[in-house]
Amino acid sequence: MAFQILLNVVLAFLWMFIKVAFDPISFIKGYLFGLLVMFLLRRFFRSRFYLYRVWAFIRLTFIFLRELVLSNIAIVKIVLKPKLDMRPGIFALETDLTKDWQITLLSSLITLTPGTLVIDVSEDNRTLFVHAMDIGEVEDEISSIKQTFEKAILEVSR
Amino acid sequence: MTTIVNFIIGFLILAGALLFLIATFGVIRLPDVYTRNHAASKAATLGVMFVLLGTFLYFYSVEGHFNSRLILGIVFLFLTSPISGHLINRAAYNSGVKLWDQSVRDDLKEYHKKMQDDSSAD
Repeated sequence: MAFQILLNVVLAFLWMFIKVAFDPISFIKGYLFGLLVMFLLRRFFRSRFYLYRVWAFIRLTFIFLRELVLSNIAIVKIVLKPKLDMRPGIFALETDLTKDWQITLLSSLITLTPGTLVIDVSEDNRTLFVHAMDIGEVEDEISSIKQTFEKAILEVSR
Repeated sequence: MTTIVNFIIGFLILAGALLFLIATFGVIRLPDVYTRNHAASKAATLGVMFVLLGTFLYFYSVEGHFNSRLILGIVFLFLTSPISGHLINRAAYNSGVKLWDQSVRDDLKEYHKKMQDDSSAD
């Protein structure tokens, strides 16, 4: 991915040198034309065309923001409820992610999800231990959210 | 136009302050370290982000001053506060702070026990 971005910048500079115009506008123009050329030649790259990955990253950021707002609404509801009748607990969550940065990202996402906080990661990086504010009724729902998070993170790193 | 922007600024600042207040209530009311950490690490994060965003919008629309440090502050906060919540939780668990007595399950305890058995068997 880094190689593709670098190549795109080089193509933009090539455009500026061909046009003998050194200003930001012609850089942007050259970047867009370079993007087109690279899109046409995408089967010669080993990894995917990099805009897919950029798009997946933007989507992940929006998931992050949405979960932050939703988790705050959930917390406000629990705190302002007159009776404390939630049932907290710690459950184990198996993960398929392997790289360190993926696990860090997943645990940050889980921490910002409604009612869950990561306590520990097992030695072999396969299991996350999650403290849930209200276990039981939400456990299935939470595991489905995890599936979407894991999928989004895998989509970025594919 | 300015009226709308002013309303948005006022809403952001007030919502942030309200979230601080609720986070404080949560820290006082909730029964154990872990549930308190839920309130502190989430509500306070979004509260600070709202207040910073409101401040940024105020200086941008009223004074015409684009302060990029506020944006950087929002991003840093967004990245670091879940990690700090996690670390406080982990330190509390490893130093033996008990869960609330109405907690229903504890998979981590079984895991630690298993690890200890394995290491003593070696």
